[in-house]
Amino acid sequence: MRRGGVVSTDIYLNVAVSGVLTGLVYGLMALGLSVIFGVVRVVNFAHGEMTTVAMYFAVVLFATLGLDPLLMMVPIAGVLFIFGYAMQRWLINPFINRPEHSQFILLVAVAIILANGLLIVFGPDARSVQTSYAFDSFKIGPLIVDATKAFAGLAAIAVAAALFAFFRFTRLGTAIRACADNYTGAQVIGLNVPRLYALTFGLGAACVGAAGAMLALVTDVTPPLGPSFTLLAFVIVIVGGLGSMSGALAGGILIGVIAALAGLFYTPSAKGMFVFAILVLVLLFRPQGIFGRRA
Amino acid sequence: MNRNLHSGDNRITRRTVTAGLGASVVAGIAPFNIVRAQDATLKVGVLLPRSGAQAGIGQDCQRGVDIAAGLLKELGMPPLQIMNGDTETSVEVARSRAEKMISDGAQVLVGAFDSGQSTAIAQVAEQKGIPYVINIAAAPQITEQGYKFVFRNFPTAGMILADAFANQKEIFEAAGAAPKTAVFMHVNDTFGTAMKGGIGAVMPKFNMPYNLVETIAYDPTSRDLSVEVAKAKATGADALLMVSRLNDAILITRELVKQRWSPMAILSMGPGWYEDQYLKTLGKLSGGPLSFVPWYDPNKPMSKKLDEALAKAHPGVNLNTNHVYTFEALLVAADAFKRARSTDPKALADAIRQTNITDNVSPGPGIQFNEKGQNDKLKDSAIQNRGGKLVTVAPKVAANAKVEWPMTPYDKRG
Amino acid sequence: MIARLAENVSLRAAIALVLLLLALFVAPWFANDYLLTVLILIFYFAYTGQAWNIMMGFAGQLSLGHAIYIGLGAYTTAVLFSFFGVSPWVGSFAAILLAALWGAMIGFLAFRFRVGGVYFAILTIAFAEFARIGFDHLSYVGGSAGFFLPVANYTQSDLWTLRGKPIMFYYLSLGMTVAAVVLCHIMVRSRLGYFWKAIREDEEAARAVGINTFRYKLIAVVISAAMTSLAGVFFAFYYNNLFPEEVFSINRSIELILAPIFGGLGTLFGPILGAFMLTGLAETLTTTLAALGVDVPGAKQVFYGICLLLVITVLPEGVWPWLYRRLGLAGRSE
Repeated sequence: MRRGGVVSTDIYLNVAVSGVLTGLVYGLMALGLSVIFGVVRVVNFAHGEMTTVAMYFAVVLFATLGLDPLLMMVPIAGVLFIFGYAMQRWLINPFINRPEHSQFILLVAVAIILANGLLIVFGPDARSVQTSYAFDSFKIGPLIVDATKAFAGLAAIAVAAALFAFFRFTRLGTAIRACADNYTGAQVIGLNVPRLYALTFGLGAACVGAAGAMLALVTDVTPPLGPSFTLLAFVIVIVGGLGSMSGALAGGILIGVIAALAGLFYTPSAKGMFVFAILVLVLLFRPQGIFGRRA
Repeated sequence: MNRNLHSGDNRITRRTVTAGLGASVVAGIAPFNIVRAQDATLKVGVLLPRSGAQAGIGQDCQRGVDIAAGLLKELGMPPLQIMNGDTETSVEVARSRAEKMISDGAQVLVGAFDSGQSTAIAQVAEQKGIPYVINIAAAPQITEQGYKFVFRNFPTAGMILADAFANQKEIFEAAGAAPKTAVFMHVNDTFGTAMKGGIGAVMPKFNMPYNLVETIAYDPTSRDLSVEVAKAKATGADALLMVSRLNDAILITRELVKQRWSPMAILSMGPGWYEDQYLKTLGKLSGGPLSFVPWYDPNKPMSKKLDEALAKAHPGVNLNTNHVYTFEALLVAADAFKRARSTDPKALADAIRQTNITDNVSPGPGIQFNEKGQNDKLKDSAIQNRGGKLVTVAPKVAANAKVEWPMTPYDKRG
Repeated sequence: MIARLAENVSLRAAIALVLLLLALFVAPWFANDYLLTVLILIFYFAYTGQAWNIMMGFAGQLSLGHAIYIGLGAYTTAVLFSFFGVSPWVGSFAAILLAALWGAMIGFLAFRFRVGGVYFAILTIAFAEFARIGFDHLSYVGGSAGFFLPVANYTQSDLWTLRGKPIMFYYLSLGMTVAAVVLCHIMVRSRLGYFWKAIREDEEAARAVGINTFRYKLIAVVISAAMTSLAGVFFAFYYNNLFPEEVFSINRSIELILAPIFGGLGTLFGPILGAFMLTGLAETLTTTLAALGVDVPGAKQVFYGICLLLVITVLPEGVWPWLYRRLGLAGRSE
């Protein structure tokens, strides 16, 4: 390849493509948060822990039934949907109109319970899903594309598209968007807002479920993974734009690529600094995000 | 299992505390009660990060504690009453747990894997005059503070590096080949950064046949190391020098396979590449990497006993650093207790200072402490993954196999 | 409610307060070192909680990145002491200055660009994370390998260099907490507190009547940052080692806001009560589980989380307002 120091264009391309694919999956996870926060206006600080739970589901199903996580995506999303619905309906609903710091503590408590519950049940060792194609890569010209990432990325696009179609073309989806746009108005025209909120939280959780299944393919899961996912999801959502589905995915891709390239140019351990610098710039100069609509 | 360790004496009743205090007082002032004191057990407080981010390692160390009881009894050591504590991977909790244990009557403290938590406990121990035997923690500063009650039976980062380079040279000689260039990848956490700093100081003294063409640091919470591996591959170096943790080791290996790069050798100077999870997860792809780590001497009889005890209690778990050094810390406590014939902490500390255990597990002449409380005679080994098991290839006195060089390329492994 | 608390300290409340202070003052004579360690931890959280309370409870700005001020205070005084031999008392001035400047910058950027609510919270997280990673790479202070303060002997207590026995740190942290409460009491009763209350209740209306919301919010941020940095100084000299991963981490930011929210936001004693209850809860859980012979790592945290959840659901305003009413400590009926 190269002697030390000089880097070819191949590596930039490979790194960028890898960034895009991983970004898509994280974007799907962030999409769940965007849906939840955009409609229900709850700061879900247990988002990362929910993702971790989904990943453990995928690991367990794979270990016991040997089924590929991409196939398991749907049932896992289903389970997470029920979990999200129940959590919103019975736990979080009273907090909708309470100040953010109260919601925050509630969800931090949920996060603590989930993370440590996982520790008790699964133990601290890393678990992973190793499919038959886990080590495959596609060679397309100068590009070496990781097979699992490629599949996961495509799956992410598919799920996002399905969600988009739901919100755009179904009555239920439109009703939910109405709640988001105009809370009082929605109540006035007789929409059952608590039920719709619960449904939305469930949908957001389902996204997380699907994303978790995909993430289990590309990385290992341990109980304390939650907080870094939560943070990442918030960064993506804010950079991409709240309430914009394409924004979440685009934000994911953008953050994925920037983090990857920053790691390439500078030192990988500092790529977080670039990500947060971008977050700060977006918050200051374009708070609605790159694809968001001005409130 | 291990009933006598977890028996109800964890209860914080005033009775237990006063009994403990009473026994120490009586033992201290009545010479003809020495026999009675010998019958008393030594209360050892074990502090490990059993929950939180370091839970995996903490719970692995705990295995070393659990099998210690039976083995120590076999060796004719006086019984230990173990109080298990969880530092929850937090400095504050470590400190308050240490205080609690001491107020509950702990006469010796053992722990705590992490340098930060160990430092917190060391301060408490020093202040209270309770001997503290560190099982695992590599930050050099801990034994440079002039403490009189803190002992460490584990090498410092500098020692690990020096032995690593010496063992590497031995291996290159045995293999008849050496890499000319190497790229150094390290995790940007306490251990990794300490090692990186150490390399700058230690490597020049050894005249290694290879140059470090690049140093790549990565974030410990990183889930995706494709960029880092791509960078390493792009340097075109012969060998990969590593300091990582378990999860990273697995991620990096996967990336090496996917990005189609098989270095001549993987030289790891830290945990991860030899651990059970690594071997199990990667199967055929786990063979080859060389780890230069504090290990055990497979030729010592005590090592075999420890291995058997572990196999019985936890089948399928390979004996590793965590078990060995945690066991040895308890061995030090028991041995000191036997010689001091008293549970008085000052007497115990003096006894520990005089420790000279040659029938032990870790490589080197045995367990002894210098005036700073550090065992500077410890030797580290070079081990290699082979067929799901681990063999020691260097140094010669502690070896039980010959090195496999170069590493079989990943795409040629059936 | 804040104004009422401040102006109307009933006789019952005053007596309770004096008794409490007396008990805390003589505690070291009766308590063992473990209990002292726990109390020090409680005071630490009470102090930081009170400092955070100024920004959130009084000025309504949710900061989830407060650990940055702790880190700045800790590292500044640690470096000045270890490399230049400067006493932490003197070094504290530098720490306060640095934290205040940093807080002012964050506040300025946020308020000038109208970043509020959740977005402001995320902004504070971003700055704290930025600092954490930055310090991880700062080899001058050891980077992620950590910074160790030189430790002296423990048989004497040297207040000037803050080297010494737990009892010294006990009185120091007790003093800091009392000072924080007194300071808040004074601020809240002043015009400043009055403006803060107006801003918190309805910022638009406050601006409409001519209050310079920008300036007063900024003042709250700066005071909060400065106070928090002193907690960092305490932390550095009490634990004697600093790792960016621990000091700047988001977990630290979260743990220091649990006590004030649990205890009662915007109240004077909420953070104090919250610190007592939460730290007490954590230690009690650990002791109880150990006594029951339950040796399951993670169990304590699960119970802790459940307690947190139950209390915040049932008493959303925090425990202190409820307790205050129950104990009849209010001067007149609320």
